[in-house]
Amino acid sequence: MSKDQATSTPFTKGLGFFVLLGMLLLIILGIFVSPADVNQGESVRIMYAHVPGAWLAYLAFIVTAVSSAAYLWKRTRSLTWDRIAGASAEVGVLFMGISLVTGSLWGRLTWGTYWTWDARLTTTAFLFVTYIGYLAVRGLGGTHQQRARRSAVLALLAVLEIPLVHFSVEFWNTLHQKASVAGRGTNVEMNGLMLFTLFLGVVVFTLMYVWLVLHRQRSLMLEDMLDDSGLDNALNERRAEATRVGN
Amino acid sequence: MDDLGFIVASYVITFGSVALYARGMMRRARKAARDIPREKRPWL
Repeated sequence: MSKDQATSTPFTKGLGFFVLLGMLLLIILGIFVSPADVNQGESVRIMYAHVPGAWLAYLAFIVTAVSSAAYLWKRTRSLTWDRIAGASAEVGVLFMGISLVTGSLWGRLTWGTYWTWDARLTTTAFLFVTYIGYLAVRGLGGTHQQRARRSAVLALLAVLEIPLVHFSVEFWNTLHQKASVAGRGTNVEMNGLMLFTLFLGVVVFTLMYVWLVLHRQRSLMLEDMLDDSGLDNALNERRAEATRVGN
Repeated sequence: MDDLGFIVASYVITFGSVALYARGMMRRARKAARDIPREKRPWL
């Protein structure tokens, strides 16, 4: 067996190739080709990593909630949904972390500070910590079913924070700018190449997300199987021991 | 480009952290897969 066949298939290998290609193109367009912004200058190049990171974190947490609902619904109950939820949350935390750090660097250039207790930044940090908590809850002991049930309930509550984060720029006066591409009644006033690069970023990050979740979900399945086989072995040893004592 | 350091750092952090996460994930998967027979993996 080759080294990388634990969770790989021809599909994930092909997808991985396109992700690498897309990343390369995004770096070239984002850093070297797309124009500087009229107001923000060169610092706008950070947007091509920051915005897709934030959008993908939202998507990942929504997928976690939908998969959790599918687990809780008796007709579709399967541990596969629970693993998809866990994998998606983990990848979402990664993307949210990326978005927070790149946003902080961008903030230093445009606002003159790495961090401020602005409504968008604060709610985003809260969302990030909530999902770290979700992952911690997944790691608590118990059976796979207990893990799935308690984390599914938490995921359905945690996802309610997303509208709060997204609309925080509408609800409060914030330093963070309002939605400039997908907002309500937004007139997109962005250079065509900048818009294309941003769109490419969203596509590349989405493919990257799919690749990561596919692998992580399979890896979680392997870990669950290992857990089960460990339990089976322990039970067999206890039975053998009991038989020896009985004889 | 005055802001080059910040811009490059953003891209390095973004793709570097994804690469590190993917590497760790694959390593854990390979470790777990050692004790699981191929026929038990539905994706193969």
